[in-house]
Formats: sequence, structure tokens, C-alpha cells
Amino acid sequence: MLTAITITQIYVPDQDAALDFYVGKLGFEVQSDMNFGPMRWLTVNLPGQPDRAVLLEKPGAPSMSEENAAQVREAISKGVAGGHLFFACDDAYKTHAELKEKGVEITEEPVDQPYGIDFGLRDPFGNHIRIAQMKQP
Amino acid sequence: MSSAAEASNRRLLRARDAMDRRYAEPLDVPTLARIAHVSEAHFIRTFRATFGETPNRYLQRRRVERAMFLLRSTDRSVTDICMDVGFSSLGTFSRVFRDVVGEPPSMYRRRGPLPAVPTCFAMAWSRPSSFGEASGTSTSLPS
Repeated sequence: MLTAITITQIYVPDQDAALDFYVGKLGFEVQSDMNFGPMRWLTVNLPGQPDRAVLLEKPGAPSMSEENAAQVREAISKGVAGGHLFFACDDAYKTHAELKEKGVEITEEPVDQPYGIDFGLRDPFGNHIRIAQMKQP
Repeated sequence: MSSAAEASNRRLLRARDAMDRRYAEPLDVPTLARIAHVSEAHFIRTFRATFGETPNRYLQRRRVERAMFLLRSTDRSVTDICMDVGFSSLGTFSRVFRDVVGEPPSMYRRRGPLPAVPTCFAMAWSRPSSFGEASGTSTSLPS
């Protein structure tokens, strides 16, 4: 019986730039930052949610060749790598305003949907992010 | 793929995101080229090389995709929907719609209402890059 989703992975071509964005702008905390030779294991989590992390993985050795890594980076930059993250927030309009103020690239303004108010953005690389203030069921 | 090419893709993606968001506005190539920080001619050429179709064609298909959604989720008239999604001529809308979908808007509407899904998923599944051209139709519209 599986009990929890603990780590979700997305590809980021530049882990330092990813930290600037996910920690500096979205408000994540670094959970682990370890260097295993060719691989840097970098996870972040939201404050108060240490059991749920996002792995910010750089495409490349040892898990893939430089040729494949280039294909992954190309896909990310075209927005087709599939690295979607979905978040909840307390106040979508306020969160949207704060992120916009920080220079985050908003792709869709807040819209009142049947399930809540949500908006879209991209990380610096092209990964798609969605933030929603969910309605009570 | 060099980092310069990735940066170029990323700027073009910004312009494409603008089409996804502002499809209802009279967007033109100069506006989009400014978003991508390139010249107009360079924009059209590199957009096509990157995403496989011209910016104009992408915008047309984005508008058609939104019209498909509205046709099946609202009772607005075909003419109103044509205007809602950014076409200024019913003739162009009808021609492009049939070219992309394979049937006219009124016939497509008869397929009935859509199930409710979160908009972001609906957008991802129905956005232009995810649905093809109607088979057997020309893709060589003026652009």
C-alpha cells in the first residue's frame, strides 16, 4: 500500500537559477542540496511541508547522454517537456500580485473557475506552473 | 542544442504564451515580435522553425480551439463566438474552422456539451499544438 507522494521531479537546465526562482520568488526552502560527483541532488519544499518535495534535476550525466540532455533542454525551452507543477494558495489575487511584483512571468491572469480561482506562470526555463485558490467542496 | 538556441526558444515561447492568453485581441506580428525581442521577419521564420507553423497559423488554431470550446459549452451564436475568439470576419472564421476541424462550426456544435474539466487541463489538451489539421485539407493558408 502506497502512503504518500514524497518527491516530484522536474527538469531544470540550471540548478542555481532554479533556486533563485523556486526559493527566491516562489518561497520554497532548500530541503537537500548534495553533490554526488556528476550529480547534484537538489530538492525543495514549501515551508511547513517537509514531507512533500520537488526534485530540481539537471538533465545530463549520469542518467542521460549530452545528446539526450540537449533534447530535454530544447523541449523545456519550447514548453513541451511536461514539467507541470500545481499549487494551492490562500488568496489567488494577492499571490498573483506578489509574484508579478517579483517579475515572475505570468502566462494567464487569475480566472474564477468552478473549482477555484487560478492563474498560470512559467519558471525561467519554460516549465508550466499553476496556482489555485481552491473552493471548498 | 546550444544555450543561445534555448534562449531563442524561450523568447518565442513567451510570444506563443501571449497568443494563448490574448487570442481575443487583434494581435499582429509586430506586437508578437516585440514580445520575442526579434525583428518581424526573423520572428516569423524562427517561430516556424521552432514550432512547425507560422505565428499566424498558430493564432488561428488557438482561436479555433477556443471557438470549439465555446460552441459546445455556451449557447452564444456562431457569429458572437467568431468575434469572441478574435476573428473579425465570419467568412474567415468559417473557412479556417472548417480547415482545422474538418466540419463547419454549426455541425461541430451538434456534438453536444463538453464534460466539466479544470480549464488548465482542457487548455493543455485542446491547445493548437495538441490537435492536428483535419485530414485531407490544405494547410497552406495564406499567412
